[in-house]
Amino acid sequence: MNTTISMQSLINFFLAVVFAPLLIGLINRTKAWFAGRRGQPLFQLYYDLAKLARKGAVYSRTTGWLFRAGPAVGLAAAIVAAALVPFGGAPGLIRFDGDLVLFAYCFGLMRFLTVLGALDTGSSFEGMGASREVTFSALAEPAMFLALAALVRRTESLSLSGIYAGIDVEVWRTSPALLLLVIGTLVVVLLAENSRIPVDDPNTHLELTMIHEVMVLDHGGPDFGFILYGGAVKLWAMSALISGLIVPGHFGPWCGTLSGVLCMFVLAMVVGIIESVMARLRLLRVPQLLVGGAALSAVALMITLS
Amino acid sequence: MSLLDDFHVKNGQKTGLSGIPTVRFDEFSRVVTESVRAGHRLVALFGMPRSAVSGIDSEPAEVLRLFAVLAHEAVGALHILGTGLFQATYPAITPACTQAHMFEREIAEQWGVVPEGHPWLKPVRFHMSHVPGRDAWGRTSRAEIAPGGCDFFRVEGEEVHEVAVGPVHAGIIEPGHFRFQCHGEQVLHLEIALGYQHRGVEPALVGGPDKRTIHYFQTLAGDTTVGHTLAYCEAVEALADCRVPARAHALRGIALELERLANHTGDLGALAGDVGYLPTASYCGRLRGDFLNMTALLCGSRFGRGLLQPGGVAFDVDDALVAELRRRLDLTLRDVEQATDLLWNTSSVRARFENTGHVPPEIAEALGLVGVAARACGLNRDVRHDFPSGIYRFAHIPVSTAETGDVFARSLVRWLEIQRSATFIREQLASLPSGPVSARCGGLAPNSVAVTLVEGWRGEICHVAITDGTGRFARYKIVDPSFHNWTGLAMAMRNQQISDFPLCNKSFNLSYCGFDL
Repeated sequence: MNTTISMQSLINFFLAVVFAPLLIGLINRTKAWFAGRRGQPLFQLYYDLAKLARKGAVYSRTTGWLFRAGPAVGLAAAIVAAALVPFGGAPGLIRFDGDLVLFAYCFGLMRFLTVLGALDTGSSFEGMGASREVTFSALAEPAMFLALAALVRRTESLSLSGIYAGIDVEVWRTSPALLLLVIGTLVVVLLAENSRIPVDDPNTHLELTMIHEVMVLDHGGPDFGFILYGGAVKLWAMSALISGLIVPGHFGPWCGTLSGVLCMFVLAMVVGIIESVMARLRLLRVPQLLVGGAALSAVALMITLS
Repeated sequence: MSLLDDFHVKNGQKTGLSGIPTVRFDEFSRVVTESVRAGHRLVALFGMPRSAVSGIDSEPAEVLRLFAVLAHEAVGALHILGTGLFQATYPAITPACTQAHMFEREIAEQWGVVPEGHPWLKPVRFHMSHVPGRDAWGRTSRAEIAPGGCDFFRVEGEEVHEVAVGPVHAGIIEPGHFRFQCHGEQVLHLEIALGYQHRGVEPALVGGPDKRTIHYFQTLAGDTTVGHTLAYCEAVEALADCRVPARAHALRGIALELERLANHTGDLGALAGDVGYLPTASYCGRLRGDFLNMTALLCGSRFGRGLLQPGGVAFDVDDALVAELRRRLDLTLRDVEQATDLLWNTSSVRARFENTGHVPPEIAEALGLVGVAARACGLNRDVRHDFPSGIYRFAHIPVSTAETGDVFARSLVRWLEIQRSATFIREQLASLPSGPVSARCGGLAPNSVAVTLVEGWRGEICHVAITDGTGRFARYKIVDPSFHNWTGLAMAMRNQQISDFPLCNKSFNLSYCGFDL
């Protein structure tokens, strides 16, 4: 494990932890703009988090410690993932060979505990949501690994920081198809893993159609705040994977970080636009989208093998 | 069958109670069954206690008098048939005539008589029988009755699970309980239990009309204020032989179509919202408000409360108001067109709407579906066309139908009706008859009956008013379109994805309180 920590990595991690909820605000404002509404304040999620932190939590008598552990462990896992991800040309706060597996399974752990917490409540809705979440993430996971495998192959590095250090303008010049295909996969995975349209609808109130939202219906107060905040950090970490490819950021530390943050904001707006111009997929069709996303990366991997 | 041919009435026509053909029950059952098989539709089937019946011969042993109202769309005629029950049980009509299933459950609940052989005899609204001491389920106290407290159809087996939704829902909607039998994501069966909003409107109307009566109709189903109030006014006017001025007819038609425009627009927006398509959802939400505001221009109430009254309407319009209405209608309709164009032109939306919640035409026919849900299955069924009353006798609105019977068809029918209602309103505003807007409406004829049908925005509203010897309501039967159509929603969900239920539900958009009465 490389233990030297650069100032830029620390600042990047700090930015991730602070600005993550802003991404959600940007998505919502973009959607509101498309719908002809003014929309909620940009910093609404911050206000919500502050409000939830002041509240007490209510626990169902049927739930046990698993239900309470979920939000805390989930948030911790998301923060670890944010520490692993390289940003703006600088390596991640933590890095070692094979950390990309840890990165992927941080989200796996987060999901595992959310699902257990949902099943702990014994509600039929939450059980349905859990089964959907597990089904779709089982398809999103290979897609993500195929994308990372293509990058590993191209840059011949086994850590996330190594991979992204190896992505530069030269790679864009020599194999743009590879990067575009990988970005395509990562966008699909980003939408699926962060419960955005077309896979899930974060705004719906209809329990029967929900995937992620329904699993956290029974959480309240600070626990729910942890979940919302953890979700925002997860969105940031996964978006950082994409922005690291789009803006390789070998422009020096400050320019790199700045362009990275700008790219993140643009990505959030793109997510908002995607959500505005299309309806949610029928649940039966979601696997097709995810397998299609995985296929893109499979092609990318084949390009690197040739 | 000749029994029906001999006697028929028009929509909104008064007839003497003694003139109604009354037959023995087996004959009654046979005629109802055979005429439904021959293309009639059971519009209403209801009971009336012997104590309330006056002006006709009835034997003291009679337990309950039953009336059936049958309609034939192609002929445009309504038939009323009566019979007496002499025991607290009778052989159910439902096994041979599916359209009677909910009516017979309702009769059992209201009057404590048991239709023997009814395949699924459950309470409808979970209230005590109107006849003290006689209950179809042998319940003796209010405490034994809880809404939703009844048997539900169950599917057992590997990977089969039950999902119960409601009565409290996540959105700001009315209460209703939905019980799904699922195999994974697939719905095998849906059963709907309502009655949470039962207020006892029908018994409260007995002895009327009085000052309170019209308010019951204005709030019977809050989004169908004009529809139900119109049916009530037409019933009272028929019984009082009141001639409504032409200008009032036109204004009533405008109000009814504005109600349709507002609700259909809101529904299209809500359908878009349910599939997560925000632009149309937001625009239509606003435009619905614009249509409601046009109703408010007419009478001061966005829902049209206080506009209609027996004899005519309470508010006249002047030229400036007509011009303003036409201006707003043009502007709003243009926006609705743009918002729905977005909907039809987005392939991901169409992919969600098409083949979701399909109701085969034979099922729609067997259940006697009405309104948008029926027309979406290709059934040519519209009161404004088949049994026109008021302004619709002079101004015809083409019936809008679709063929596929799915969510797409139901939204398409809404959009077609929006266009045709707007055309109708434009024509009416351009050629409003002059004269008064209200006529004096006197007392009601004694021992008479009037059936009124109105095509509310959801579908056929049926009111049957029966007066006693003093010209007071002895029985007032209300059939909201939702009464027919809730079962249609349950059938539409068969073999569908449970995640598509909210979308299917919204495409029917039925009334809970209109059903619960």
